[in-house]
Amino acid sequence: MSHHHQSLSGSRYELHLTREGADEVKTHQFYEIQPGDLEDEQEGDDMPGYVHSWEVGSTVDGPGLRFVAFLSGCLLRCQYCHNPDTWHKLNGRQVTVERSMHQIAKYAQVLKVSHGGITLSGGEPMVQKAFMMQIFRRCKQLGLHTCVDTAGRLGARLSDDDLMQIDLNLLDIKSGDPAIYEKVTRHPLQPTLDYAKRLSDLGRPTWVRFVLAPGLTDAWDNVEKVADIAAGITSLERVEILRFHQMGRDKWHKLGLEYLLENVEPPEPELTERVREQFRSRGLTVY
Amino acid sequence: MPLLAEEREKGVLDVSQVPSSIVAHAPGYIDKDNEIIVGLQTEAPLKRAIMPFGGWRVVEAGLKAYGYTPDPLLSEIFTKYRKTHNDGVFDAYTPAIRRARSSHIVTGLPDAYGRGRIIGDYRRVALYGVDFLIKDKEREKAELDDRHSTEEVIRLREELSEQIRSLEQLKEMALRYGHDISAPAQNAREAVQWTYFAYLGAIKQQNGAAMSAGRLSSFLDVYFERDLRDGTLTEQQAQEIIDDLVIKWRIVRFLRAPEYNALFSGDPVWVTETLGGMSEDGRTLVTKTAFRMLQTLYNLGPAPEPNLTVLWSLRLPKGFKQFAVKTSIDTSAIQYESDDLMRPKWGDDCAIACCVSAMRVGKQMQFFGARVNLPKTLLYALNGGRDELTGEQIGPALAPITADVLDYDDVMAHLDPMLDWLAETYVNALNIIHYMHDKYCYEAIEMALHDRDVLRTLACGIAGLSHAADSLSAIRYARVRPLRDARGLMVDFEVEGEFPCYGNNDGRADEIATMLVTTMMNKIRSYPTYRNAVHTQSVLTITSNVVYGKGTGSTPDGRKLGEPFAPGANPSNGRDSHGVMATLMSVAKIPYDDAEDGISLTLSVVPSALGTEGEQVARGTDALDAYFGSGGFHINVNVLNRETLQDAMAHPENYPQLTIRVSGYAVNFIKLTKEQQLDVINRTFHGTL
Repeated sequence: MSHHHQSLSGSRYELHLTREGADEVKTHQFYEIQPGDLEDEQEGDDMPGYVHSWEVGSTVDGPGLRFVAFLSGCLLRCQYCHNPDTWHKLNGRQVTVERSMHQIAKYAQVLKVSHGGITLSGGEPMVQKAFMMQIFRRCKQLGLHTCVDTAGRLGARLSDDDLMQIDLNLLDIKSGDPAIYEKVTRHPLQPTLDYAKRLSDLGRPTWVRFVLAPGLTDAWDNVEKVADIAAGITSLERVEILRFHQMGRDKWHKLGLEYLLENVEPPEPELTERVREQFRSRGLTVY
Repeated sequence: MPLLAEEREKGVLDVSQVPSSIVAHAPGYIDKDNEIIVGLQTEAPLKRAIMPFGGWRVVEAGLKAYGYTPDPLLSEIFTKYRKTHNDGVFDAYTPAIRRARSSHIVTGLPDAYGRGRIIGDYRRVALYGVDFLIKDKEREKAELDDRHSTEEVIRLREELSEQIRSLEQLKEMALRYGHDISAPAQNAREAVQWTYFAYLGAIKQQNGAAMSAGRLSSFLDVYFERDLRDGTLTEQQAQEIIDDLVIKWRIVRFLRAPEYNALFSGDPVWVTETLGGMSEDGRTLVTKTAFRMLQTLYNLGPAPEPNLTVLWSLRLPKGFKQFAVKTSIDTSAIQYESDDLMRPKWGDDCAIACCVSAMRVGKQMQFFGARVNLPKTLLYALNGGRDELTGEQIGPALAPITADVLDYDDVMAHLDPMLDWLAETYVNALNIIHYMHDKYCYEAIEMALHDRDVLRTLACGIAGLSHAADSLSAIRYARVRPLRDARGLMVDFEVEGEFPCYGNNDGRADEIATMLVTTMMNKIRSYPTYRNAVHTQSVLTITSNVVYGKGTGSTPDGRKLGEPFAPGANPSNGRDSHGVMATLMSVAKIPYDDAEDGISLTLSVVPSALGTEGEQVARGTDALDAYFGSGGFHINVNVLNRETLQDAMAHPENYPQLTIRVSGYAVNFIKLTKEQQLDVINRTFHGTL
């Protein structure tokens, strides 16, 4: 427990902000990509990674029980983000590969017994691609199943060899219509499409995730297009529909950011089922 | 049952002022024509008996609390003519013990309520019939004839006489219900009935806090299998017999005083039935009757009694593991313990008393000792033995710490003699309690169903482990500045900097927790026990975490005056930052060798935390395999539903570690606003979160 770092909503999965504090953060500055957000090209076990938080025992970030590390840093600015405190890499806690592996190794046995493994999430883990790949390589040496939770925006950074080190991709397809995608995330859809194609061509196991936010991503056509993209991935194993929730709202307030989805209610069961059916009608396994 | 609703309203449905014994009451029935298994504690269901031998004041308090006037004749008898356990204890308590009690450093001792923690081997009545058992007790007693009459031998002879008397009474009780239990049970229904009669005798004679059932299922199953094979019983009939037994267990009631209810709220009986486990020859002890027991949670609805306890081994049959986990998800009514840790110590015929305390059935009994307040002991060490609330000198008047910043080595040097004093006072108090309980309130029928020579353990306990460990961690790794009041006592603390907390699989904090357990155990071991009982201790609080919390000042870890402790061996609420598995690994480090009376962990989860619906059972099973495979001892899993989530809003201290978990997001439920919590409740039970 820390007394220097300000915790936002009181959640223990909380990011500690920089000492400057939330009040001084100006909205437009917060949305900008800061130099520190971009990749450092270092290698080796001393290289630093920046981590928002981590936990062991998750069942919602891939198969089995998992060690999940949420890396800080993301280029996207999704309107429904429930962790806006992960957008800037340097806000994370610095940790070396060596220390990370020391922590992970404690759980290797437990993760294997439970048919789980390690998931790197965030933020966008590919922002720290070198750190991420080091961790994955070392985890493979321990015999652990590796998984990345990504939006695919920076997929081009990964070589084919890199992709072979990642046992499972949780690919978050934010929308299927390019205009809506850009509206939601402030970034283009195409890089994600390219990444999805590569995963399919290489036969990399993939789970597609889609965040269902009423009024933002729920339009019939938009969902149809996501379903088409998913159906086009030959190595797709399942689709998970993630229902929008409001538990992240406080973080936006405390960061002094305008939360466009302030009054949006989580999707009703009927809407959720409609969306699930759209995927199911293409013969996909949908949760 | 309408009677249950009426009881809920009144608190107590009815009371019998006939002092309870095995034969004090006429037979009673719920539905005489249709009951398969018969026998009630008194002549009417839910009618509570009084048990004055434990203490008359307690009985009076219980009666008055529910609007009954104590019978003046009984009052005269138990104040003038017949001494009680409670009287005896207070005749022998020293001033030091009395002071420790009143300051809430040693609380909840069984000096005013039945000690429980004895499991009669109730199976013996079914297997042998009472006549054989009487003959065997007479043989055991005759073996003492030539022994010289030392105190120990005299006491044993008297106890055996009482035991024989109780067995005779048990026969008489059964006869009134139309059953002759002098001979062994002949079929499954008789086996269950005879076994239940034995247990009924115990709960007519005693009102121990924990009146556990034993390890009955594997035994009873032998009879069921024979009847099924012979065609004299159908599976449905078999299930009905078990359902009926469970109904009887669920209506066990004791009359308690209000202070007792504060400590043990909700009418708990801890009718713990131990299921599963592996036998020493490698075969499993899981039988169809274990499944039948779990099935009662569906047939009769979930309930906290009987306290169904699964002894988990990685080698248990997969189908049973899955059914148990499914039942947990649907009812939250099961707890799990490590067969692999217990079997080497206690053998494959051990059962759990109360929640986590194992013993060999029929060959061992426990001297229940509740638990002491570890965080308050730390505060006493800092404050020179003075109580931080009252200012009174309770502990030894050693020098308080006067420094502005607490130094770890200095604090440890002050803590050591304080723990010595605590251990000495504690063992002294327990010796007195158990001497007097044996003398004035002897559990004759339960002990009649034991071998003559039993292993006795002095079951001590500690509460508040996480706060003591985290406080010492703060002192060691951060800067802790005490705030003193006008009396010069440390009443609050300022902490600067970070410190690792117990429950995150961080060696630095976990080693402090394990050090505290081992140190306390070694100190307890250095004081002689009544009847040469073997010293053990548990890390278990029941609900004393709330009571103790109320009576303990602010502690250096950040816990404020009056706030509840975390239960059992749980990390402090909100201090676990790295998920379930990290917590499990921390708790698994506590050495069972120094906590042989058990280590308790409670976990609350919402169903979605176990993954999507089709996968929950598999994930739950994997998680238990991982935990017990890593040395975990016990886990009590609450898989919450709408009602319990609402309860968690009102009483967060009962739902430790409750985390709402969605992919990529996690939050401690109690940290959400009320509005958010309501929101979560509504959404959780719409489908996936």
